[in-house]
Amino acid sequence: MTPGSPRAKTRIFTAIVVVTNVLGNSFLSRGMQSIGELVSLSPVPYIRALFNPWVAVGTSLLIVWLLSTMALLSWADLSYVLPVTSMAYVLVALVGRFVLHEAVSMAHWSGILLIMIGVALVGSTNPNSAGKPSEGAHP
Amino acid sequence: MRWLLVWIIVLATTAGNVLQALGMRHHGEIHDFRLGSLGRVAAALVQSRYIVASVVAMAVSFFAFMALVSIAELSFAVPATAASYILETILAKYLLKEHVGAKRWVGVLLVAAGVGLLTV
Repeated sequence: MTPGSPRAKTRIFTAIVVVTNVLGNSFLSRGMQSIGELVSLSPVPYIRALFNPWVAVGTSLLIVWLLSTMALLSWADLSYVLPVTSMAYVLVALVGRFVLHEAVSMAHWSGILLIMIGVALVGSTNPNSAGKPSEGAHP
Repeated sequence: MRWLLVWIIVLATTAGNVLQALGMRHHGEIHDFRLGSLGRVAAALVQSRYIVASVVAMAVSFFAFMALVSIAELSFAVPATAASYILETILAKYLLKEHVGAKRWVGVLLVAAGVGLLTV
């Protein structure tokens, strides 16, 4: 069960990384806001917070995010993965706007546009430049 | 307090990502996504010093992030922690020996500028 072309594999994993990041952070934020202020050096309040259902689902999604990022980094450059997965910011802004009904200013829309252009630019470069042994090295 | 947390998150995230990339490069490309082979990958990765160190750094970053989103809005927390972009790209070029060409640099700078605008 190996996905077809290396390009497609990179795209599929990028999409998984972005979606689990956005949903994970949104659930986590929702849960933490309902728990209230939490700035403590003791681990106990954090562990207790994990039993909040929103925090639990958010944390699970962030674990999937971590694992899919690791898989992606096994064949793609860090300097490719980081900017490309920043599509997450665009989705966070859209979730903020349309789900949490936060205001999105002109500056924010400009930021979203810049990120999308940046992602398109980086996305057009070779994901694997460091000569990692990979089928991606042979176009 | 919120800016102290931002700094902790930026430094821990940078360390975590670079170590993670080092560890995964060491391991090599994951081809096979069946459960059995993923189990073998996991068994290999938990013995990697880079991966263990990266998980520690990310745990620090994660709990600092939990603390930050409990006192600040998500629309502040997420962009403010993105200051690590340029630092990480420099480390990717010089430490991980990745080829960062003009197109990629311009892309990264646009992304960083865009993320910066999200904090305004």
